[in-house]
Parts: sequence; structure tokens; C-alpha cells
Amino acid sequence: MLDRTPDPIAPAAKADDRIAGGAHTPRIHDSAARHVGGSALYIDDMPEPAGLVHVCLGLSERAHARLLSVDLSPVRAAEGVVAVFTAADVPGVNEISSSHRDDEPMLAEDTVSYLGQPIFAVAALTRDAARRAARLAVIAYEDRDPVLTYREARADGTLVWPPMTLKRGDSDAVLAEAPGIVRGRLAIGGQEHFYLEGQIALAIPGEDDEVTVYTSTQHPSEAQALVAKVLGTVNSAVTTEIRRMGGGFGGKESQSNLFACVAALVAKKTGRAAKIRPDRDDDMLITGKRHDFEVDYLVGHDADGRILAVDMQLAARCGWAADLSGPVTDRALFHADNCYHYPAVHLTSRPYRTNTQSNTAFRGFGGPQGMVAAERVIEEVAYACGLDPLEVRKRNFYGTESDNVTPYHQIISDNCIRDLVAKLEADCDYAARRRTLHAANEISPVIKRGIALTPVKFGISFTSTAYNQAGALVHIYNDGSVGLNHGGTEMGQGLYVKVAQVVAEEFQIDADRVRITATTTGKVPNTSATAASSGADLNGMAARAAAQTLKGRLVAFAAESWSVAPETVLFLPNRVRVGNQEIAWGELIHKAYLARIQLSATGFYKTPTIHWDRDAGRGHPFYYFAYGAACVQAAVDTLTGEYRIERADILHDCGRSLNPAVDRGQIEGGFIQGLGWLTTEELWWDGKGALRTHAPSTYKIPACGDRPRIFNVALYENENREATIYRSKAVGEPPLMLGIAGLHALSDAVASVAGHRYCPRLDAPATPERVLDAVDRMRALAEAPPDQP
Amino acid sequence: MRHAIRFLLGHELRTIEACGPTLTVLDWLRGPERLIGTKEGCNEGDCGACTVVLVRPEGEPGAERLRYRTVDACITFVGQLDGCQVLTVEHLRGADGALHPVQRLMVEEHGSQCGFCTPGFVMSLFALTKDSPAATGEAWASASPIDDALAGNLCRCTGYAPIVRAAERALSAPAPDAFDAAHDATLARLLALRDDETIAVSGARGRFFAPATLPALTDLVAEHPGATIVAGATDVALWVTKGLRVLDPVIWLGRVRDLAVITTTPQGLRIGAGVTLAEAGATLAGLHPDLGELFRRHGAAQTRNAGTLGGNIANGSPIGDAAPALIALGATLHLASRAGTRDLPLEDYFIAYGRQDRAADEIVTGVTVPVLAEGARLAVYKISKRFDEDISAVLGAFRLTLEGNTIRQARIAYGGMAGTPKRATHAEAALIGLRLDASAIPVFKAALAQDFTPLSDMRASAAYRLKVAGNLIERLIHEAGPQAPETRLAAVREPAHA
Repeated sequence: MLDRTPDPIAPAAKADDRIAGGAHTPRIHDSAARHVGGSALYIDDMPEPAGLVHVCLGLSERAHARLLSVDLSPVRAAEGVVAVFTAADVPGVNEISSSHRDDEPMLAEDTVSYLGQPIFAVAALTRDAARRAARLAVIAYEDRDPVLTYREARADGTLVWPPMTLKRGDSDAVLAEAPGIVRGRLAIGGQEHFYLEGQIALAIPGEDDEVTVYTSTQHPSEAQALVAKVLGTVNSAVTTEIRRMGGGFGGKESQSNLFACVAALVAKKTGRAAKIRPDRDDDMLITGKRHDFEVDYLVGHDADGRILAVDMQLAARCGWAADLSGPVTDRALFHADNCYHYPAVHLTSRPYRTNTQSNTAFRGFGGPQGMVAAERVIEEVAYACGLDPLEVRKRNFYGTESDNVTPYHQIISDNCIRDLVAKLEADCDYAARRRTLHAANEISPVIKRGIALTPVKFGISFTSTAYNQAGALVHIYNDGSVGLNHGGTEMGQGLYVKVAQVVAEEFQIDADRVRITATTTGKVPNTSATAASSGADLNGMAARAAAQTLKGRLVAFAAESWSVAPETVLFLPNRVRVGNQEIAWGELIHKAYLARIQLSATGFYKTPTIHWDRDAGRGHPFYYFAYGAACVQAAVDTLTGEYRIERADILHDCGRSLNPAVDRGQIEGGFIQGLGWLTTEELWWDGKGALRTHAPSTYKIPACGDRPRIFNVALYENENREATIYRSKAVGEPPLMLGIAGLHALSDAVASVAGHRYCPRLDAPATPERVLDAVDRMRALAEAPPDQP
Repeated sequence: MRHAIRFLLGHELRTIEACGPTLTVLDWLRGPERLIGTKEGCNEGDCGACTVVLVRPEGEPGAERLRYRTVDACITFVGQLDGCQVLTVEHLRGADGALHPVQRLMVEEHGSQCGFCTPGFVMSLFALTKDSPAATGEAWASASPIDDALAGNLCRCTGYAPIVRAAERALSAPAPDAFDAAHDATLARLLALRDDETIAVSGARGRFFAPATLPALTDLVAEHPGATIVAGATDVALWVTKGLRVLDPVIWLGRVRDLAVITTTPQGLRIGAGVTLAEAGATLAGLHPDLGELFRRHGAAQTRNAGTLGGNIANGSPIGDAAPALIALGATLHLASRAGTRDLPLEDYFIAYGRQDRAADEIVTGVTVPVLAEGARLAVYKISKRFDEDISAVLGAFRLTLEGNTIRQARIAYGGMAGTPKRATHAEAALIGLRLDASAIPVFKAALAQDFTPLSDMRASAAYRLKVAGNLIERLIHEAGPQAPETRLAAVREPAHA
């Protein structure tokens, strides 16, 4: 839906008469040349102000303890140390809960609630001095029993958030009558974000209560508010700014606040610029990760693989503080249906408080865990009925006219999954390959191959309705160059270039005339987190609104100046037609400036139609859904559990893509990140609650060689039914869940050990050890089949 | 004695007289030099965001060529730069400011998203093109050169696909660049920096020595019994970056030319302690393909280019990927001190976790690896959570001598199963006289359980380690059979049945 009115007067436009970098073009990331040249500035690359101090946090060495004494005199006495701060030094409120639940002190007070919790901050002349000094504290603890495991959490029963229930129909009654019943428990591991640029903040003190904080954050406005809270001042005294992050993935939505607040505290207390950049190990020890889950499921089905009722409880280890765990566990429930219609359903969440890092947002925000549970349900039914899991998937897909109501009572009106999956299934030759692979397994004693095709349906919108708003600020300078600012943050996902393309498209100027500027609370206030895949949807629309305001002023000016009807003022590529003549863009702007036309405008957008009643479990929380599917082939070594993901075929729905190159990058990268989550990325705590996988030496994200050798990615042509920005769809999170096909390809390979008669119940992450355990379970079942499989 | 470190930074000569022994190249680049394109991602040599290229003359005297080797700047000490040309991402642009071809291809293929890992990838791609058959005239050593060159660079955004597309294009259309044009001039400048002086510099937190000859090295070690001896520093640097330890003095043996050689002796290949894992691996691959595969997966390109086989053994890692394989082969370790030299079977060097048979004034000078005798069969299996750039959960190495199908001799060593790399003596004994077929499996597994009581840790549980260690005999038996089925997934290859 390009807003380009056909021009009845102008001769037919030449095919190449188009702006460079308009909407729907595969424009290169705005910073690509700077990235490859090493000149893109991240916060640690900024020149350091004179007198800057480096800050290091002193961390708890216990998972749960009372602080008997904290002797910081050796820290203060250490070489290069300028100052040391504890909770007692906080002038405002020592509280940084992003969900306003007041359970997250910035620095520990009388108790510590996880191993790695910050207790004090030391500022020194060098980063090395600060790190060395931080290790000198003498802290006496009185240990308390920590809650680390699910077993302990269930026994302790403390929740960080009231649980949510989604219910439709009478699942108990249906389950009681169902011809087939499957019951089981599924474990799903967490995930470290492993943004390549670690957490960082640089605070520069201003006059009186003012401070500017450069912070690697997805949520500058929240950082601003929490800095103000900690300092005991108002939001207007605090400016937060971020040009780019070296990756975020949700890990800098709320977890970045601690560092921004500590830097600001030190800056205001010392009167010096203060920078905090934790070492990677500290970063991983301090910050929360994707929630790990345990899902108990009870499924009723018929003999044909049709699901009749589902009852699931989704328990999550939320860590020591609430953070975003309520919305995360809610979103897990929202996606525990994936693409499947459950005629009767009862879903509940259990957001447990534990003495571990406070788990947080991570690409998908609980949705992936819910979806993994849905796919286990499918798999169980498939093995119980002796059917290909893909066939069971297709038999349970949501309908378009009926069977289209979700567990939260939203009617799905844009369902395209049946067609999308059919296309992918045909394109990747699923059925024939499956037959071939399974036949080959018969004569391959060690290596077994599997294949799986899984779908994705992901709801787009913040479930917190207020977050679904955005602002933008567009300046046209009097030389015709354009300055663009909006509330969204750039973490690599290509948001900046997409929004610049929107502005270029509106003005019909080449995109390189649109200068992209750093996100700052000084320009656009009250912004939402760049999260929930919403960045381009929200900020693109806000920027478009600002551009349209400016266009309106330019049209009125031109019509009046040249005495033509406003309808005859048309924005052509890099020029404007006014009546019978064409005026270069820059010339028009300069004339408008001389005529004292205001060349700066704000834009605003709020998502229509959405509403949600959490207590009732009813509403329309999602504006629309994004869809996709992946087919993955894997090979498993049944002697060691090692495996390789050999091939992936992906078809993904980006609506009418704003930028097919950027969207393809999100799909490829999201898929691999999802695959990593479900395979080699294992978080491992020891018995005392110490995270032992706190660096890339022990925490293994996918490496280059782990990508599938054959990796086919295509965009599914599907204009968004809703009036999103140029009918595109959000793409940040949904592709992550394409990785679920990898888990199921492994499962399919494992199942071949016992002739595909038993569900392997392969939990995640499917490390070689878990795969080998599943292989051995299959072997045992094959040798001694139970009476009733 | 020379009291300065000399090297080229880009094309400029740097002479550094005051330098602490453990100042990392990364901190130096980002600090005093303000070359901020090189990024810190992990500070432990695992993510590759700090990848830089070190250019050194390699080859026989008089026929040297420049070789471009990636290293992780975060775990390289500034003193180790002596005699080389250091190239960072800032040096790749042409004089006119134009992007280097690998940079341009990365842009065109959308190879960057957040951009933080990108400079490191660019440097690895640059080195890859310099290492290509087109550039060197030698065939690729590996079947998967792109994956191997990039295994030490982590990207969290792209899923690697566009970076690989850029790499494929860079390799398919090789084009000479400014570095090729300057090759002879740079080579001459670097050769002119060579001397036989012992380097001694000092700065904050201590002294750094770099002798050029073996006698100078043994003298220094004798004079400084508390010194930390480093070769590649890929392990020792972490004592500093993570452990915040103060090491004084540091003696770097990277300049000792006598240690950087591989010689053929009647006992086998003698690999000097200064030979990098990259070079050692290339040579050992000629003894047996499993050794080539082992070294292909040993760390990543950056750490193989810096780390040495001698260092890998000397530091006594309980896993130490090379050690179990060399023990199975019957390797001999060579040590030297001012008092003389000493040889011992490699397995005897590892006394217990953290304890090795090396006196304070002794250094490891090399290891001799016997060639595989006629009738002997070698198999080396590395099991890890991730194939590339991961530390083994279990590493099993088997050297069996068969008569017909009957096992006459067995040397079997494992890493990751005990506090040191260790022979499986019960399992070895149990196999003697057995046929190498399924009948040997239960015997082997039962004996192995007597050999090892492994630990559970973040890499694997004790149960998994023991189970897999036992299962490896099944893999070996499958592979020894006349029609060996597919048994391995580690090596990258096109998928069957795709």
C-alpha cells in the first residue's frame, strides 16, 4: 500500500526513475561500511572524558545468604581507587525493578539472593585497578538454603508474579472421555543472550541533578526513569542515549538498567565521567537469561491424531527477582497452542522465584518455550497414533472459518499456515526425503538421520497494551538533508535502515539523504522498549506520520507559492512536481525555509484494535500474527550422541517485506539462534548455585561450521491484512522458533533406533549427552517393549 | 641485549621500550593507539571479535614468504609482536579510503548486523584469502577451509550464512591487493628486524624477556626460577585477563628459532616446542588423517596460530587435546635446562592434576612422535558439545597392532577422563589377544570402568564420559571392518541423502 498517488499529468515514469533505498528494497544496513571498516562507534569506542573513572561491581559469592559484614576498607585502599559505593550511598531509591515490583535492589542491602548479585561498586582510575580492587572485599555471609532446582522451587512455592490461566471449554471432561491420553513432562533449558558487545554504560555528570548516560540498552526511557529514581530526581534531569548496540536479543531490555544506574550514581557522586563495562564472565554471572521451563502436559486425542483437549502447566525458573517474568510466562501460554486448535484447553503458568540470575526477555519472550511444548504435544500424539508428526500437525492446524479461536479467545483472521506449510513441504520434498532417510537408517548401524517440518505462528504486539505506542522526530534541514530520530533502538536488526527507508519513501528522496541519528530521550520521550518485534511496526509508522505532516506543509506551501491546486503537487523521485514544473527537492526545501515553513515535525503512532484482560484470560492481545515454517534434516551418531544439522529449508512470512535483505538476515540469524538454544547452548549451575558456563569457553553458541550445509530461505508472499507500515510484518522474534524443527529432526533420528514406535521425549537443550541418553532409552524400549507403549 | 620491542603496526615501525610483560595487544591497540575497530567480546580468546593478523616471514632462509596469521589480540602480549607486521581492521582500506575486497563483499552480502563481531570476521576473511591456493600456490589443507578459518569467530546475529557467501565470493575471484603489491618491501623490512639479541623490556608490573637462542633461554630460566614461560600465551594470558594474576618476569620463547623447527629423526618427527599448533597439525596430518582432524578441531585458527604443541603439553591440561593422541602414539618429551637435557615418555610427564615432571629451571623443548609402524592402526576421537572450538568432554586415542584380526598390542589414552591425560592400562591389557570385533566390546568396557572415575562438570556428566569412552571401541570396530559404515559427523561434508 504505497502512498504514491498515480500522476495523471506526468508522462509514464521510466522504469529506473526510482529513489535509491525506498520501501521494499534490499537496502544495505546503514552502518555496514562502518562495521566492516571498524569505524562504527560503540560506547566503549567513544573518546573518554578527562578524569573518567572505571567502575567494577563486587559480586556475591553465595546464592542465598544474609550479609553479616561487608568490609570494603581493602577495596578503598587499593591502588587507583577513587571511591566505593554501596546501597547506603544511593541518594534516591535503591530499587530498579523494571516491572515496578520493588523486589530488585540495585546493590544488595542485607541479603544476597543469587551468586553474582552486585553488593558494591568500586570506581578507579583504570579498569584494571577497579577489577583488582573489587576482589579485595571481605564479606561474611550467613548462608540460607537456596532455591535452585524445580524440585526446590515447587516445594518452596514462592512466585514472582501471580500466575495466569487460559481456559476454553471443559478440558477435564474431554480428557476423561478421550480415546487416547498422553501425559509427560518436558524440560526446556534457558539461554544466554551472548550479545557480542557486553553490557556497558558511560555516565557524564551535568549541572545540579542532571546527568547524561550513554547506555547499551533496548529501552532508553526505562533506563532514564530508573536512573532518576536511583538519583532521587525527575526524568527530565536524565538523558539516555544509544546509537547502536553490539547485539541485544532482549538481554538489554531491562538487564542494562543496572549498569546505567550504577554509572550514573558514580558519576553524580564523584563528579567525574564514569564508565562500567563488566568483563564477560561478570556479565554472564550478573545478568538474567532466557527462562528455562518445565512443562507438565496431559493430552487427549482420538485415534486419527486429532487433539481433543490439552492441559498444561508451564513452570519457569524466574530467578531472584520478578523482572519481566510475568509477561514472559504469559507469552509462553499465549504460544502453547502454536498453530494448533485445541478444542478444550487449560493452561497455567508457575513463575517460580529461585536463587539464580533474574531471567528476562530473550527473543521470543516465553513464546518459544510455549511453542516447544506445543510441538512435544504433537509429537506425543503422532507416536501414540503411529503417524508422521507432520500429518498430525496438519490435522490440528487452526482453521480459517472455524476452529479458529485461541485459548485466549482471540479469533485468528489471518491464518495462512496451511498454505505456507504445503508450499514448503512440496518445495523441500519432505515426504520423499523422509522415506529415503528412514530407509537408509535401516542399513546404517551408527549414524541415523531424521527430518522434521515444524510451523510457527507468533503473535505481534506487546501484551502490555500501553507499550504499543511510538514517537518520531523528523527534521528537514534547509539544504534538503533530513534528520531522522525515533524511539526505537538499533541492535543490529536493521531497524534504523528500515525506518529511514520509510522516510525516504514518503519524501521520495534517496535514502542516503536521510541521516539516522542516535536514539535519545532528549529527542523523543516516553518510548517503549525496542522489543516484541515491534520496532519497525511502531517506529516506522511514527516516522511516516511525521513525514506526512511535513509533506502536508510542503504541499500547502508549493500550492500557494506556485498558485496551483494542492492535488497537483506530487512527490517524484528526488523532486517535486508543482503544476507543470518539476523542482528539485533541495530547491523546494530551501524556498520553504525562506518562506518560514516549519521544517520539523513529530510523529506518533499507537497500535489499533488490541485489548487484553489478563484476569479473565480473554481479549485480542495481538494485532496480527507472523507465520513461518522450517524443515530440518539432522544426522545423529548413536554411539556418542553427536549430531549435525545438515539441511534447513525455511519459508517465512514477513508480510510485504520492508527490506527483504534485512528480513532474510533476521530469518537466517534467528533460526541459528533458535537452533543453538535447543542444541549446544547449555547453562549449567553447580550444586551451590554458581553458574559454571559463564564464558564462551564453556557456553557454546553455534559456530560457523554448525550452520546447515544446505540452507534455503525464502520469503512467503503475504501482504499483511492489517494496515501496518506498507503492509509489512514484524520479523525480529518469529524466526527464532523455526529452530524448533532442529530439535524435532534430532528426535526423529533418535526414534529410528526403535523403529519410530516410541516418542523419544528429547528434552532441550539436546546436547550430545541428552541425545545419547534418548538413544539409549529407545534401545531399551526396542529390546524390552512395554506392554502398552 | 635489546631493550625494545620492534614491529610494524600497519606500515609504521613501532619501537616500544617500556612495556609490561602482560599488556595485551587488545588493550594496547584500543588504549594508547586508539585503534578501536578491534573489539573485546570475551577477553579469553573464544569469540574472535579482537582478531588481528600477524604477518611474518616464513619458509627456508632466502626463500621466505609473508604468511598472514590470525590471532586473538586479547590473549596476545605486546612483546609477542616482536618482528612481525600487525594488521588491524583499520589497515585494510586502500590509500584512497576504498574498502578492501573482503570488506566490500561483507557489505554486499549483508554480512554484518550488529557489527560488533564484524572486524574480527573481516580479519579472518582477509587472512583466509591470503592463505588460499591462489595466494600461496599450495592446495587447501582442509576440506572446509571457510569453516575452519571462521570457527574462532562467533557471530550471534547472522547465522553465518551471509558471511560464508562473502567468503565464497572472495575466494572465487581472488584479486591482488595493496599488501600483495607491498609484499617484497614488507618482507625486507621484517627480515631487517631479525636479530639474535635477547629482548629485555619492562614496564608496569614487571619484565619481559625474549631470547633468540636455546642457551640464552635456558640461562634466563635458570636465572629467573619464578618466571612464567610462555609460547603462544593462549592459556597463560587468561591467568591475567581473568585471574588478574601478576606475572613477573615473563619469558617468551617465540623467538627461539631452534625450537621452531620440525625435524625428521630415526625415532620419528621431532616437533620443537615453539612450533605452532597450526604447523604441527599440518605436519602430523601427514602421519594419519585422524591427527589432521584432531588438530583441525584443536581450538580455532587464532589459537592454533599462536599456541604451540609444546605449550599445549607443558601446561598439563587434563584434556589437552594433543596429549592423549601423542601418548597413544608413544611420543617422547624432551626437556632442557642449563644442566643438560632429559627425555621421558610423554605419559610420565603428567603426574597429577596441576603437577608435571618439570623442574623449575627446565623447559619443554619438543616432542618426538614416532611414525605408525606397519600393521598398527590409529584412531583418535574427540567428543565435545560443539564440534568446532570446544574443549573435549572426552578424547580417546587408540593405537592397536593387529595380527590378522587379533589384537597384539594396544596403547590407549584418554583426555577428559581423569586429572591428567592418561593411559587406559586395564583396557589395554584386556584387549590383548582378543579379536577386534563385537566380542571385544563388553570386555573393553568392563576394563575401562577400572581405569577411570571421571568427574561431572559443565561439559558432561561422569556417566556420559564413561559411556562414550566405552562406545568409542564400537566406532573403532565398525571402522576396522571390511565395509565400514558411516561413523563420523565431525568433518564437514555435503550431506548424504539430501
